[in-house]
Amino acid sequence: MNPLQQQLIDEYQKDLPVCSRPYLAMANRLGSTEQDVIHALEELKNSGALSRIGPVFNHKKAGASTLAAMAVPEDELAEVAERVNAFEGVNHNYAREHRFNLWFVVTAPDQDQLQASLKAIELSGGYKVMSLPMVKSHFIDLGFKVKWQ
Amino acid sequence: MDEISQLRLRKAIQNGLPLTAQPYLTLANDLGLTEAQVMQTICDWQEDGLIKRLGLVVKHHSLGYKANAMVVWDIPDHKVDEVGDLLSLCDAVTLCYQRPRQLPEWNYNLFSMIHGQDRDTVLRQLADIVKDNGLSGFNRDVLFSYKLFKQCGGQYVQPTSTVGGVAL
Repeated sequence: MNPLQQQLIDEYQKDLPVCSRPYLAMANRLGSTEQDVIHALEELKNSGALSRIGPVFNHKKAGASTLAAMAVPEDELAEVAERVNAFEGVNHNYAREHRFNLWFVVTAPDQDQLQASLKAIELSGGYKVMSLPMVKSHFIDLGFKVKWQ
Repeated sequence: MDEISQLRLRKAIQNGLPLTAQPYLTLANDLGLTEAQVMQTICDWQEDGLIKRLGLVVKHHSLGYKANAMVVWDIPDHKVDEVGDLLSLCDAVTLCYQRPRQLPEWNYNLFSMIHGQDRDTVLRQLADIVKDNGLSGFNRDVLFSYKLFKQCGGQYVQPTSTVGGVAL
């Protein structure tokens, strides 16, 4: 990770400029060049440090979403996870240390389609889905403060 | 901008902006819009809160934050707002959501996330949070992740989505 990449992560998890040449605007502020900024971002993306450069949508306004969990026998977990991941609305999907050991977020354009997705995931996955939709957010997402080593 | 164009734009940006010198123009060209329309719409979405933030979305794990704990709490309903606000102010907490219980299998109604370099660090941070905020009286559980099967942005507008029978 080079200094420009660290600066980009520190400064631009929010407020990416909305102007004709945003990467130039960022470069001017950071004392770099447009080409270097684009290259640094490409590298960050290709290395897997970034999921994307773009919007984080508000779950409540963007459509319907929920956090779902399944209790799956450990030896079937990878296989069930793969079947769950096949659904286009599934984004994050983690194995966690608990009887409910598979945790994933499901999004859909609206509530009806979300419920239909959950049913279909349950059928395909083979285990009951516990759905825990957000009631209230207590957090303002400003990005993640990285402590550089 | 009409509804179909809006949904097409959402679909186009939900997996990220293009890394071209003029990304909004690139999007506009792809969608048959003007650069000004694309920029104005994205600004409007930030203003009305549809977009919470616009920028780099990091993958914690790749940045060395290997331990990811979902800490879940069973907080009496009349106290859950207060505790949620307290947790959200803790530096180590990266998300804090209230969710419904699913009795009898699931008693926890408050979810917080802690990302740390390693497991011990996270547990230490959690111990501090419990102590500093007087939360030792509440049941909690810590669910560390041990495998990541998928991580991407929410696909609200889906490849198969249609509006009034029109494909996006």
